[in-house]
Amino acid sequence: MHGDDGMVAVGEPATEREFKVGYLTRVEGEGTLQLRVRGREVVEARLKIFEAPRYFERLVVGRTGDEVIDIVARICGICPIAYQMSAVHGFEHLYRVEIDPSVRALRRLLYCAEWIQSHALHVYLLHAPDFLGYPSALAMAADHRAVVEQGLAIKRVGNRLITALGGRPVHPISVRVGGFSRVPRRRELDDIRHELDTTVEQSLATVRLVAGWEPPALQHPQPLVALRHPAEYPYNDGRIVSSDGLDLDPGAWGDAFEEHHLEGTNALHARTHDGQVYLLGPTARIALASEQLHPLAAEALAETGLQDEIRTNIHRSIVARAVELLHAVAEARDVIDAYRPPSEPRVPFTPRAGVAAWSTEAPRGLLHHRYEVDEQGHVTHAQIVPPTSQNQGAIEADLAAFAPTVLDLPHTEATHQMEMLIRAYDPCISCATHFLDLRIIDDRGKEGTG
Amino acid sequence: MPTAAARPRLRVGVAKMASCDGCQLTLLDLEDELLGLAERFEIVEFPEASSARSAGPFDVLLVEGSVSTADQAVEIVELRKQAKRMVTIGACANHGGIQALRNWSDHDAFRAAVYAHPEYIESLATATPVSDYVTVDAELNGCPISPIQLRELLASVAIGRRPQIREESVCLACKRRSVVCVMVSQGIPCLGPVTQSGCGALCPRFGRGCYGCYGPKEQANAAGLGRAFEYGGREGAEVSRLFAGFTGWAPPFREVIDAHGGPPGRTNGRANDQTNGQASDHASDGGGARMEDPGHAR
Repeated sequence: MHGDDGMVAVGEPATEREFKVGYLTRVEGEGTLQLRVRGREVVEARLKIFEAPRYFERLVVGRTGDEVIDIVARICGICPIAYQMSAVHGFEHLYRVEIDPSVRALRRLLYCAEWIQSHALHVYLLHAPDFLGYPSALAMAADHRAVVEQGLAIKRVGNRLITALGGRPVHPISVRVGGFSRVPRRRELDDIRHELDTTVEQSLATVRLVAGWEPPALQHPQPLVALRHPAEYPYNDGRIVSSDGLDLDPGAWGDAFEEHHLEGTNALHARTHDGQVYLLGPTARIALASEQLHPLAAEALAETGLQDEIRTNIHRSIVARAVELLHAVAEARDVIDAYRPPSEPRVPFTPRAGVAAWSTEAPRGLLHHRYEVDEQGHVTHAQIVPPTSQNQGAIEADLAAFAPTVLDLPHTEATHQMEMLIRAYDPCISCATHFLDLRIIDDRGKEGTG
Repeated sequence: MPTAAARPRLRVGVAKMASCDGCQLTLLDLEDELLGLAERFEIVEFPEASSARSAGPFDVLLVEGSVSTADQAVEIVELRKQAKRMVTIGACANHGGIQALRNWSDHDAFRAAVYAHPEYIESLATATPVSDYVTVDAELNGCPISPIQLRELLASVAIGRRPQIREESVCLACKRRSVVCVMVSQGIPCLGPVTQSGCGALCPRFGRGCYGCYGPKEQANAAGLGRAFEYGGREGAEVSRLFAGFTGWAPPFREVIDAHGGPPGRTNGRANDQTNGQASDHASDGGGARMEDPGHAR
């Protein structure tokens, strides 16, 4: 399992060609990918997820809304707030809780903070080394120290903000049904507010930097799905829309989509009811909600001139992610400027039986939760649909489109570029349930050139 | 790569079992120290952050996550052979994590509840601490671990001294910070009296009761606290609920859960040798993978 990166394993001489990445690195989790090629045609591309199942949907049975918020955060150490948000809004919707507008603003601020740390982590520490040719950001720092330090500085601001609102960067503790267990005083945010002026500049520099990095070529638009809100860039609220005209209530994910369990993977795949794959995340949000971007982010995106290419080449997701990073930083600054603590951090509620369902925009895309709840407010059944499990189909479709363009490259380079494509999705495999093994079998038997 | 420094850099690795990646992320969250650490140590294995890989040997190996599949049960033994010192990080690695709640239930029922084809899923009936399988040299607790404690551990390793990590309850951390007791003043149930600190009394500072992330402190009288909750008018199931969190499988908390009917939502059956033959193969004296009688079933 270890140490076989890029190793060429030849099955039957002259009939099979096999590329192998023993373990996809710089992603959150463990998965493999299998690709079968006949001539230049990809006949099968399958992402397999070996991350150990942890049965979260069963673990929350018998639990209250507040307990669910704490438990589902542990699905993912990188995006715990996303899980807390989809859950808390579901329960509040079911219990008909009207949250204070200041609480709503703080929830947006908390979500901005998670996007900042998650996007900065992916852009600088996980994805940038692919473009600059290093195994890691730590190795990259030897030659590009200022770049890495800029990424770490942005990431730190995100984490400081999460800490101010939720106590700690990973698995913050303050989100409760009805509001927060505690809200910050205005002056607790002063230092961070001051620092955000610099972070805005650094984020703008990030957009310009990554827009200049040349990606592998790919022309492959896919159906897109994201939340859209009439007045704001989508985080906690909005309707589920698609590039094909879908328009759904945020709790009604199941009206258009369904999950399938395929052999050889511990993550369920999601499709539309008619079997279509679709793409979530920064690429989809930029395309479907660009008019709601913060003016600074919209301007930076326009300046790159890459809005169309982002739509068709997933390798450009790094630009979309950087634009969203700038958006999140600029919006966080605005929210803090307008912030007034609510009169009460939390409003009371009475549990009632029914379905608590909601979707929010995790850093990696639409995250849907659906809980069936009894009259005591205890969960009896749960469905959690993470963005990466929904993106699996789109990743496979992109690989099938991309693989033929790299088959003539030296073997290790072709393998690297496919791995890079998967990384462009910022897959969070611990979310989807981790271990990516890239395997290409050429049925007609062209020997690998690498 | 290592230059001809006076002292050779220690080879450090990071590995994971069943987990959320949040504890290893805490290493990347040391933003101010990260580049310095990478100069001080040779980080040879950290797949979440680097494509450069190593199967060992390691001077120090940080392990996140609980052992939850047959492959992991094999891998952890191999990793132990490669590691001069193994440090388990976080509630999953040290106490089983939230996924250890399945240890009270029938594994097949859990698989079937989540997956349409449970037969495709390879997983042990139980999720248990690393120390049930191999000897561990040090543990950092928490869900997630504390960045301050991680920094202290790495600093102590770098200069070859024992890490200095304070052992005390969340209650003491609360007092030191002059936080008003949430249990006394507001009647909020709190595991602070029996939970190891490290978080700086985070939940009480945020108006919540402690939910036990760092696990039981030494000689915790968890049963006594459970009784106190009962005298306070809580039913057994409500007491069990409070302890059945991220470190619920730690023996002192487990006993309270067992004495109060098991965790919420448990199935009537339970993890046993029929559901998965591998579950009992490695059972240690701690009984981590075996079920004791869980007390009265609901």
